[in-house]
Amino acid sequence: MAAIVFDDVQRVFHQNGRDFVALQDINLQVADREFVAIVGPSGCGKTTCMRMAAGLEHPTGGQVKVGNAVVREPGPDRAVVFQAFALFPWKTVWDNIEFGLRSISVPPAERKRRIEQYIELMGLGGYEQAYPHQLSGGMQQRVAIARAYVLDPQVLLMDEPFGALDAQTRVVMQEELVRLARKNPRTVLFITHAVEEAVYLADRIVVMSRRPGTIREIIDVKSIREPEDWDQHKRIEDVMDLPSFVHLRTHVWKLLRDQLGNEVH
Amino acid sequence: MLQPPLPAAQFWRLTAAGAFGFVALWSAVALSGITSRQFMPAPWDVVERFAQLLVEPFAGHVLHEHLLSSLGRFGMGFVLAVLVGIPLGLLMAWFRWIDRLVTPIFEAVRFVAPIAWVPFAALWFGTGIGGPVLIIFMGAFPPVLINTYRGAKQVDRKYIEASRMLGASAFRGMTEVLLPAAVPSIVAGLRISAGLGWQSLVGAELIVASSGVGYLMVKGQAAVSTSTVMSGMAAIGIVGLLIDIALRRVQQAIEHKRGI
Repeated sequence: MAAIVFDDVQRVFHQNGRDFVALQDINLQVADREFVAIVGPSGCGKTTCMRMAAGLEHPTGGQVKVGNAVVREPGPDRAVVFQAFALFPWKTVWDNIEFGLRSISVPPAERKRRIEQYIELMGLGGYEQAYPHQLSGGMQQRVAIARAYVLDPQVLLMDEPFGALDAQTRVVMQEELVRLARKNPRTVLFITHAVEEAVYLADRIVVMSRRPGTIREIIDVKSIREPEDWDQHKRIEDVMDLPSFVHLRTHVWKLLRDQLGNEVH
Repeated sequence: MLQPPLPAAQFWRLTAAGAFGFVALWSAVALSGITSRQFMPAPWDVVERFAQLLVEPFAGHVLHEHLLSSLGRFGMGFVLAVLVGIPLGLLMAWFRWIDRLVTPIFEAVRFVAPIAWVPFAALWFGTGIGGPVLIIFMGAFPPVLINTYRGAKQVDRKYIEASRMLGASAFRGMTEVLLPAAVPSIVAGLRISAGLGWQSLVGAELIVASSGVGYLMVKGQAAVSTSTVMSGMAAIGIVGLLIDIALRRVQQAIEHKRGI
């Protein structure tokens, strides 16, 4: 059974009295515990796809379903990790992670156990009482990831979560997310414009074209990754050296490059 | 264009020069004989009267007793304004329909000077505590409401989206997201509000029969004792300044904690 279903989704915006089609003919099924990355040039509507799954925006045609229910409004069963972190600056690390748990009925003892588990898992030990502004960008995004994972949601929605981080921090976070995702598989919809990030993290990659945003191609990474055993390599640069990785990356890159070419001519 | 800050020595020299110039001008007018001392008491007349009022009851009480009862009324009106203004501002920021319901009325009523409520305060409450509290409330309430509402409206959308995706109820959204995000704006509003509330005090106490700085001033006027009226003005000014300094400390402490 698919965890997330985009069924003929269309999104039209009205701007200056004109309609403009942001997304068209989006049909996508994300399987339970599958990690799907959507890549596309900026303005292709990939973030809108994620926001519709979150219930923060709504399709103008078709429907988005999560766990067989049509998405109508945001909720803790679809936890979002935002690019801008969106941690509450007036709450400590602990209170930020606890915020969503207080909306779903989790007994206090279990709540504490879960928070401690993710603080440990994300390397946030010792920072429980710190405020977000006292942390580096990478640490802040770890808190945001912990805040989403701790809810044990049906699906995790990540909107360019590493886009605001510097290059080195980004690599570390990508490695940690792979570690977390393999150890603790969840249904993830991951939005990015970084090709290598998508190839490294995802089970499948959805490549989008822009204006109107449509699905150009869906690439199965998992069927290549598993026989080649990428996960035996701890470091991202070792994976990136593998011929199978290079081949895939080039393929995705060419698909994206084609779009840009069309745009220029 | 803004000028760079003054060096500390020059800053204090200018402050002293301003104060000295004011007192000198005042003394000159009082001594010149253009007008009688009754119309324009000299600074030392006021200082003398002020000291006298502290030990010698006038209008039933010594000055600091009048001040205390004024502060009590001010405190009630101000606290009431805060207790109504902050929750209402948050509700208006969160629920569009409440905003629509309240804003048109509020926008019209807030232009009515607090003192205009005096006849109604007298009619409704007589000489009871309710009258002055109502007038102080009318002065103090608008800035609390406006600053809570504006502060809450300016909260970055990402925090509201985060709270919704984390399943927070409207109550938690207002108390745990809008309120803390609006705190700097609310505290700035409290300073304006305390100022306006304290200003409304004299008007409020025109209808109080037994005590208060405003009452003391009204009695001073009746006794044609301008130095008494001016002593009341000085007391209001000094206490108002102290209230503002206290609230500014609170504001700075909050901003410091936020790392602003």
